[in-house]
Amino acid sequence: MYGFLIGVGVLLLLSIIWMVYRIQTLVSVVKGSDKKVASGSNKINAILFLVFLVGGGALMFWYSIKEFDNYQLPIASEHGAVTDQLFWVTMAVTGSVFLITHILLFIFPYKYQYDEKRKASFYPDNNKLEIIWTIVPGIVLAGLVISGWMAWSDITAPAPEEAHVVEIMGYQFAWEVRYPGTDNVLGDYDYRLITASNSHGIDFTDKNSIDDFSSPVVVIPKGEPVLFKIRARDVLHSVFAPHMRLKMDAVPGMPTRFWFVPTKTTAEMREELGDPEFQYEIACTEVCGRGHFSMRKIIEVIEPEAYQKWMAEQKSFIQMNPSLAEGLPAETKELAEIELNK
Amino acid sequence: MATASVANHDTAAHDHHDHEHHDNFVTKYIFTQDHKMIGKQYLLTGMFWALIGGFLSILFRLQLGFPEMDMSFLRPLLGGWIDETGALDPTFYLALVTMHGTIMVFFVLTAGLSGTFSNYLIPLQIGARDMASGFMNMLSYWFFFVSGVIMFISLFLKTGPAAGGWVVYPPLSALEQAIPGSGLGMTLWLIAMTFFIASSLLGGINYITTVINLRTKGMSFSRLPLTIWAFFLTAIIGLLSFPVLFAAALLLVFDRSFGTSFYLSDIYIGGEALPNTGGSPVLYQHLFWFLGHPEVYIVLLPALGITSEVIATNSRKPIFGYKAMIISMLGITILSFIVWAHHMFVSGMNPFLGSIFMFLTLIIAVPSAVKVFNYLTTLWRGNLIFTPAMLFSIGLVSFFISGGLTGIFLGNSAIDIQLHDTYFVVAHFHLVMGSASFFGLMAGVYHWFPKMFGRMMDARLGYVHFWLTFVGVYLVFFPMHYIGIAGFPRRYYSWTNFEFANMYTDLNMFVSVAAIITFVAQFIFIFNFFYSMYRGRKATLNPWRSNTLEWTTPLYPGHGNWPGEIPTVYRWPYDYSKPGAEEDFIPQTVPLSATPESNLPHEQELVKLELEIMKEDEEVLVANESRHQ
Repeated sequence: MYGFLIGVGVLLLLSIIWMVYRIQTLVSVVKGSDKKVASGSNKINAILFLVFLVGGGALMFWYSIKEFDNYQLPIASEHGAVTDQLFWVTMAVTGSVFLITHILLFIFPYKYQYDEKRKASFYPDNNKLEIIWTIVPGIVLAGLVISGWMAWSDITAPAPEEAHVVEIMGYQFAWEVRYPGTDNVLGDYDYRLITASNSHGIDFTDKNSIDDFSSPVVVIPKGEPVLFKIRARDVLHSVFAPHMRLKMDAVPGMPTRFWFVPTKTTAEMREELGDPEFQYEIACTEVCGRGHFSMRKIIEVIEPEAYQKWMAEQKSFIQMNPSLAEGLPAETKELAEIELNK
Repeated sequence: MATASVANHDTAAHDHHDHEHHDNFVTKYIFTQDHKMIGKQYLLTGMFWALIGGFLSILFRLQLGFPEMDMSFLRPLLGGWIDETGALDPTFYLALVTMHGTIMVFFVLTAGLSGTFSNYLIPLQIGARDMASGFMNMLSYWFFFVSGVIMFISLFLKTGPAAGGWVVYPPLSALEQAIPGSGLGMTLWLIAMTFFIASSLLGGINYITTVINLRTKGMSFSRLPLTIWAFFLTAIIGLLSFPVLFAAALLLVFDRSFGTSFYLSDIYIGGEALPNTGGSPVLYQHLFWFLGHPEVYIVLLPALGITSEVIATNSRKPIFGYKAMIISMLGITILSFIVWAHHMFVSGMNPFLGSIFMFLTLIIAVPSAVKVFNYLTTLWRGNLIFTPAMLFSIGLVSFFISGGLTGIFLGNSAIDIQLHDTYFVVAHFHLVMGSASFFGLMAGVYHWFPKMFGRMMDARLGYVHFWLTFVGVYLVFFPMHYIGIAGFPRRYYSWTNFEFANMYTDLNMFVSVAAIITFVAQFIFIFNFFYSMYRGRKATLNPWRSNTLEWTTPLYPGHGNWPGEIPTVYRWPYDYSKPGAEEDFIPQTVPLSATPESNLPHEQELVKLELEIMKEDEEVLVANESRHQ
């Protein structure tokens, strides 16, 4: 019944619009305004551009200011401060260009709307102007590029020797984490060694892998360089830690890396935001299938001393599952047994 | 040389007169070789696909704006993709996103825009009877049609259409185990794209040949309307970049079906380790973006060309900096080939490459900026008439600025680390290439409708359509900048799994409502288009009082365009409001010798030369006439 009534209502509305439209057309034919070069609508459109400029501009400023704390995520890494500064400098530059060009773009239509008595000025070119507005943007852009390039070079430079290594492996649809243990060297892996009990495909014949361990959350120390070694097991994924301003694709068959220095522990950030539940997160930003939107991993940033303590408490893969050490050659078997007896 | 071309045109005219009488329904409307009809075929097909592509986006906007919504009412259409609780299937969500992108980029903005207007306008504006090869032109449309049919069928597969994003990165797109859409859906996607690439190449070769060889007498490159320059350069970009996409697709076909390892390596999926080693997914990305980035300009340049023409005509002013506009477009054309890897800053490729591509990318912003300044100066001290086409052109310039400026953020690799694959990118390209090109398409339809169908579209409905769409597009895409700066990733079915993204439900709802209103507003255009086609006011021969050649044809031009001689061109197309002239426009066909009152000093010198040439032509004509008798 309601559907029927709504249908009738819509029909009625459409026919009214239709009538108004026909009457309008006929009136304009009678008045002869369809013969004119520019009818009264010209003025209305010109005014609407001004209204749009003022209304749209006001809306933009109001929302940008009101929501600033919401969309501006707190920064928790050293390079993040640099890239954010670049972001806001670029925003200042492009924002002013945006405003100036739009003010001109919408004021000109009002100011120069059609007038039968006036003739447009014949102004086909001006090489001086063209050169100016080629060179000025060129210089401004060069400035932005060079500062961006310097930041980029620093960020992508090789990680310091002493960086804490964490391996992050993406698969459909989660992340797994591996730590190199006390030797700070990750053991070899081979995707053909992956089994139910060895989801990383770690090669335990490599003695570096004996003390490797896993963790349900990514634990890293504050104020010290951390190197993420990133890889994928099935399709492309991408490690995105928004507060760290960190993003790097995980590519099957081609390990990638990203190093950074966290600047605030989880506890400090909780205090700063007044949110006792706050967690640093990792999300996936390369479409990877059905569960793409659910690949969450937590990063816990703690003080360096607490980090050392935490490291010492962790149990290696071998300790968690002694069967992994079975069938190893004599030399590594011995190391594995020492590890087991710790 | 001049003698030969005049003689050719003459015989061609006679040939075409003979043809016209033999046209039946099939040769006139279906397997037609008339560039005007092929242009209209492209336009209608493009409109069909735009509605499909737009509708798909409404479906996923419903999911994003109203995640709790019961979508059972869509079950008659989507069937099993809506589960028992009325929720949209996450895999199908990805398929929707993928098909929306593919359809909009290739079928609507490449074929629907460039296909329509290159076909329709090139012969009319350069003064040719038809394209260089009408048959190839026909093939081009029908390859596109077949491509569309295959893509359309893939929408209804049980396993769904391709779902790995419009970029279809392997391994996701190569492995059926990874996502069901990578099965038959992806196979059909690849076949459809192969047809599409063939269609683009056939069309492109034709456009280039026609512009180079079939310009009428006097139509030198320096007198070409900017539309033609844009179509010409677009065709060159397409010709050089589409084959690379074909190569990428072909290698993907090999990886999918014949066990090769171009893109696959070290993969453990579905409980088994695949035998492929040594391939590189990054290789695919390089190949894809070697087309993918020029593709942006393939959809944008025609829109900019159309805008140049419309803005000049309706400002009653010459386009400012005609030569600078051409040089900018040339610059964009060349640079478009050497910036592709800015899509891959965080793909794992060597960061040094990232530095190089950042420099190259930001250079391309310079010619774009020059174009914007030239548009603004064209408006300055003009005498502006706001036809719907003019409104859409001004709207285009606005989107081009807004979306172009955000490109400066994304082209900077250091800033891109955070913004890559977030909604900031979505906002950026939907404004600068999606909406800007769409507005170019609309401007073109409103402007050339009288030439296409001999009738006028209703201007008032056009105004309503413009304002709803213009405001609507900004309401949809502007908020996405905030969402993007906040780090919301693209292609997410829902954001509630993450604390950092567990907000802005209100803003997403707002965006979805705006998207629905904007989509519905397009039906005003559809109505206006079809109603005006049959019942619109009869158009005059030159309704916008424009200078270009197409307005010298009859109201309903036949195959061959001009019933008699092809007109000769004596001046550039932008003599609007010339000082001294009585009218505020002087068509390209008016000789300089006929307008001594408005000629500029250097033009006055050309008059003598022009008179000599005209005399020569006269003699040739007389000679021809006597031979025919």
